[in-house]
Amino acid sequence: MKAFDYLKPDAVPAAVGALAANPDAKLLAGGMTLLPTMKQRLAEPAALIDLAGIAGLKGITLDGDTLTIGAMTPHAEVAASATVAAAIPALAALAGGIGDPAVRNRGTIGGSLANCDPSADYPAAVLGLGATVITDRREIAADDFFLGLFETALEADELITAVRFPRPLRAGYAKFKSPASRYALVGVFVAETVAGVRVAVTGAAASVFRAPAFEAALAADFTPGAVAGLSVDAADLNADIHAEASYRAHLVTVMAKRAVAAALE
Amino acid sequence: MADLPEPLPVQSAAPEAAEASIIGLTLNGVTRVVPLDDPRVTLLDLLRERLGLSGAKKGCDRGQCGACTVLLDGRRVNACLVLAVTLDGAAVETIEGLGGGGALHPLQAAFVEHDALQCGFCTPGQIMSALGLLAEEGNDPDPERIRAGMSGNLCRCGAHPAIVAAIRAVIGAGDRSEMPE
Ligand SMILES: Cc1cc2nc3c(=O)[nH]c(=O)nc-3n(C[C@H](O)[C@H](O)[C@H](O)COP(=O)(O)OP(=O)(O)OC[C@H]3O[C@@H](n4cnc5c(N)ncnc54)[C@H](O)[C@@H]3O)c2cc1C
Ligand code: FES
Ligand code: FES
Repeated sequence: MKAFDYLKPDAVPAAVGALAANPDAKLLAGGMTLLPTMKQRLAEPAALIDLAGIAGLKGITLDGDTLTIGAMTPHAEVAASATVAAAIPALAALAGGIGDPAVRNRGTIGGSLANCDPSADYPAAVLGLGATVITDRREIAADDFFLGLFETALEADELITAVRFPRPLRAGYAKFKSPASRYALVGVFVAETVAGVRVAVTGAAASVFRAPAFEAALAADFTPGAVAGLSVDAADLNADIHAEASYRAHLVTVMAKRAVAAALE
Repeated sequence: MADLPEPLPVQSAAPEAAEASIIGLTLNGVTRVVPLDDPRVTLLDLLRERLGLSGAKKGCDRGQCGACTVLLDGRRVNACLVLAVTLDGAAVETIEGLGGGGALHPLQAAFVEHDALQCGFCTPGQIMSALGLLAEEGNDPDPERIRAGMSGNLCRCGAHPAIVAAIRAVIGAGDRSEMPE
């Protein structure tokens, strides 16, 4: 790890100010990705701006049909939250399946979204539910947030403060875990909302994406059988030591069926 | 825990870059004031190299193996992925804090009783993780739940069945049916 300065601001404007003043600085949330990346010298920030001292970035609230989760809320808190379990049980289940308990005790939703790992779980829920990412300066619709491999719509000095999820009529998530890391080899989030059906796929391509053919089929018939004959084009999918593109394409269909079944439970 | 060594004189890899800071933390119930010259020091390196507590092990140093598991404010964390400088005011529990007066903690005793280790490298992490599991999730003896709850702690010697059996024994579901022959 290269040397860095450590800052612990107690308010969002101070954190954003420090980030704007020092383009080589990085925000520190749970550190579950940033610290391993720094140890491998894939990131060499000049300063770390710790978000743990900022009150108000953590917590879960339900207001009518809108669930808001603070950026610094750890996965374990979302997984164990009775509020989340009542409003969007699929989201609680997703959070409870991230990594392992030690990772869930530290890793945060804000860090996961800002990082935009192609195999991360939360992006599937955020895109699948049509959530809104709230930052220090604006609100970003999920459809506009995920731009590509580790790439989001966030500006260099922009800070996620919370994520707002609309309560769906029903939703489900299924992932095929890498047995070693438990990241998603493929994960599919399916939601039926008042605005229609949304299907989001993570793990399969450079970034999370929606599957329009699956959405149309489920809008007509919300059953696992409705998507059984569909598939995504393997040409656009990742291939690595864990799975070929054609296998990932196959898994998308299988996980979509399982996600619908979970939503119907 | 009165005989803990004093922190070693701190050595910086980049003395010119680092400003000294001081953190106060509760370590195994004892309040400690620790000078830190370098924000890069992880909790794991602080424990092992500066406070003389070498129970927590460094397996992978990137959050994948669980050998460094300790409790931070009562919850399991990988000490290799926590910066010591962030811990002012925190409470940390390590394997050295278990038991006392020559007696083993019930989890330690159960691990011995069930041969839940071979080389022992993963064992401090396994026991701290099991302690966290019981605190976080209570005493449900379902073996599948225990396996999932211990999934962050790898054992290269393959003692997992005996580890699950030892934890179940502490919960009071003591039978040896999980044990390999
Ligand atoms: C062993 C292991 C297994 C894992 N398995 C999974 C898994 O199965 N599924 C999964 O989805 N994830 C997994 N993860 C990732 C983990 O769950 C975290 O979500 C992830 O590390 C990022 O969250 P963090 O809070 O740790 O962020 P950090 O590592 O602190 O930060 C990550 C990046 O986001 C930026 N950032 C952080 N917070 C904000 C913010 N509020 N606004 C703007 N930018 C911000 C940081 O500057 C940094 O660039 C795993 C991690 C480990 C170590
Ligand atoms: S050494 Fe910390 S998880 Fe492996
Ligand atoms: S006892 Fe050897 S690694 Fe677990």
